[in-house]
Amino acid sequence: MEKGNNILISHAPHIWGGFSTKKIMYIVVAALLFPTASGIYFFGYYAIFIILVSIITAVLTEFVIKKLRKKKFIMDGSAVVTGLLLALILPPRLPLWIVALGAFFSIAVVKEAFGGLGYNIFNPALGGRAFLSACFPKEMTTWVLPPHFSYDAVTGATPLSGSFIPQADKLSLYKDLFFGNIGGSLGETSAMLILIGAAILLLLRIIDWKIPVFYIGTVALGSLLMDKDPLFQVLAGGLMIGAFFMATDYATSPVTGNGRIIFGVGLGILTVLIRNFSNMPEGVCFSILIMNAFTPLIDKYVRIKPFGFQKKKKNA
Amino acid sequence: MGIVIKKKSAFKGLLLPENKITAKKPAEILSVPEKVTIPLQQSIGAQCEFIVKRGDTVKAGQKIADSASYVSAPIHASISGKVSKIIKAVNPVTSAIMDAAVIESDGQDRWVELKKLFDIKKSDDFSGFKKIVDSIGKKEILKKIREAGVVGLGGATFPTHVKLNPPPDKKIDTLILNGCECEPFITSDHRIMLEYGRQVLAGLYIISRTVTPENIYIAIEDNKEDAIRYLEELIIKMGFSSIFKLVSLKSRYPMGAEKTLIKTITGRSVPVGGLPMDVGAIVNNVATAKSVYEAVIESRPLVDRMVTVTGAIKNPKNLLARLGTTISCLIDRCGGVSSGTNYIIIIGGPMMGISIVDIDFPVTKGTNCVLVKESKVQIEQNCINCGRCVDICPMNLMPLTYVRNIKRGNFEVCREYYIENCIECGSCAYVCPANIPIVGYIKTCKSTIAKNKG
Repeated sequence: MEKGNNILISHAPHIWGGFSTKKIMYIVVAALLFPTASGIYFFGYYAIFIILVSIITAVLTEFVIKKLRKKKFIMDGSAVVTGLLLALILPPRLPLWIVALGAFFSIAVVKEAFGGLGYNIFNPALGGRAFLSACFPKEMTTWVLPPHFSYDAVTGATPLSGSFIPQADKLSLYKDLFFGNIGGSLGETSAMLILIGAAILLLLRIIDWKIPVFYIGTVALGSLLMDKDPLFQVLAGGLMIGAFFMATDYATSPVTGNGRIIFGVGLGILTVLIRNFSNMPEGVCFSILIMNAFTPLIDKYVRIKPFGFQKKKKNA
Repeated sequence: MGIVIKKKSAFKGLLLPENKITAKKPAEILSVPEKVTIPLQQSIGAQCEFIVKRGDTVKAGQKIADSASYVSAPIHASISGKVSKIIKAVNPVTSAIMDAAVIESDGQDRWVELKKLFDIKKSDDFSGFKKIVDSIGKKEILKKIREAGVVGLGGATFPTHVKLNPPPDKKIDTLILNGCECEPFITSDHRIMLEYGRQVLAGLYIISRTVTPENIYIAIEDNKEDAIRYLEELIIKMGFSSIFKLVSLKSRYPMGAEKTLIKTITGRSVPVGGLPMDVGAIVNNVATAKSVYEAVIESRPLVDRMVTVTGAIKNPKNLLARLGTTISCLIDRCGGVSSGTNYIIIIGGPMMGISIVDIDFPVTKGTNCVLVKESKVQIEQNCINCGRCVDICPMNLMPLTYVRNIKRGNFEVCREYYIENCIECGSCAYVCPANIPIVGYIKTCKSTIAKNKG
């Protein structure tokens, strides 16, 4: 055997499972295609423009900022996820330049300014949405009623807003909420399609069930205590998409099982409080952003007991 | 018959691609090499001192180095010939520099006199064997084990006579023979069970005489069906069915690690910073059991061992190689490296093995496998906080916290997170989507902490 020439050194383990960040991100994109489909189906072709503008702006922003920071740009799909998620939580007739601004803010400020993928404290898509809500209150609360395929749609209220007049028949209201035939953000209306996407993520073990289950459970319970219809509260608004696709964002949620339970319950309480006591109809976005800020704290104090952990005996 | 107990793993564990390509290949006895290099440190504990000098002629099996320290194991010449030089060698595990003797073969393979008390290969008189063992006292057994230089051959190389002589306040009620071999590629223990089953079981019986446990388990992963069946047959034939329990374990990595194995079999957790004997258990590898048999019954010192040579090799094999045979010699005997311009050579398995550059490094007591792999560039990406490492860690640790703190130089914080409890199994790095060499960080941290302490 020839000596020396091509022998390299490597760290153990010398094999890798190969389930990369990139794979995870594109599986999330695939799962998001279900709510995306509902957005296009109920709100027409204009939804496609919102989605494309959001994704392209997000990816371009990341590319430019990586170049400015003299870091390597890796097309790992995380900017695509952010862009797509942002599009899905925007009003279906939002002017495209506002969409682009939101996507830019999500990536440039909420994600990259904190150090990029994995270092961001807040969920980028939600950060972008919060920014737009603050800057464009009128545009960000202009809703249309589905199904509307032309741009000049009839405006209407979302189910959680005060002016919403529900159908007399409860069953058909639930049906509309479940299938998505109701006013709201682009991709948040169809509980059914969100659940299909979420099932994919759960089955492939991309997300842990704890955060969404405890989040939605707490909202249902809290609504019951507030004398509100729990099923309506769970199906209406952004809770479904928020619980499964945004509260579960790795970088901004706790890593331990118990930490995730605390996170989920905290989200639920905040959402119920905002929905019932603030002047905003919906509280999912801000609930998640607030709990994002608590994540480092939760991860610091909620630890898991190591294998063979024993409580210190006094006279040991 | 039904003496096999089936068990699932008591931890989450990884399902790894096995790649045990040499599982069906009977061991080949490697002919005596022209020269061997025998380093002075081949076990945990004190380093030995030479008792031979340059120019001496030695026989195979002759003791050439020993230590007065209790936690140590003597070292023997593995071939007959002349000690041609004493060189410096670098221990690839600890990077410590140690002396090594180079012995040039005289081509005769002359051995020291071996006194066989029994021949278990040929004789079926197993009650006679048991009588012989029972007549040798515990002290004598331990002395013979030490004299033969037997150490844990699963890779940890802890001197066996020390392990089998726990302090009197530690009552041992469970003895586990470890035939899990949970790392991919390696088949040396598998072949030992199939080809030296009698010696392994006889060795286990001898071991059981030293610690007198109530329960004796033989633990094998269910991917080695043939070994389980063969040992089951042998246990009945040799009259051990009332004392040995054969356990077929679901194949999950790292089943073969002491702590996870004890947990799976007994349900007990070795305490943080503790040893298996703290929960009344002792674990021995199958190859160690074979060596114990040879030491006690045949007074044959540990001078050879089974090594799987596998991976990107033209003709992967299981070789019974004399200690001190160089890695390059083993690879050559298997037809050389098969392909690729850049490759890594690993001593041990793909999960925990150590990659070496010096192919003249010898086979030592702990070398169970030589694995050649094509080198792949690993690009470390940002941690995305996904928690997969936390989820998979068999020791319930939080590996991502280590990486984060080590990058900032906060080594002490890692101790609050029990970094010393890490068994370096590599599961975290295997599942990490960002391809972070987590174990590399942990090793750096551990050695820095040790340095700061000492």
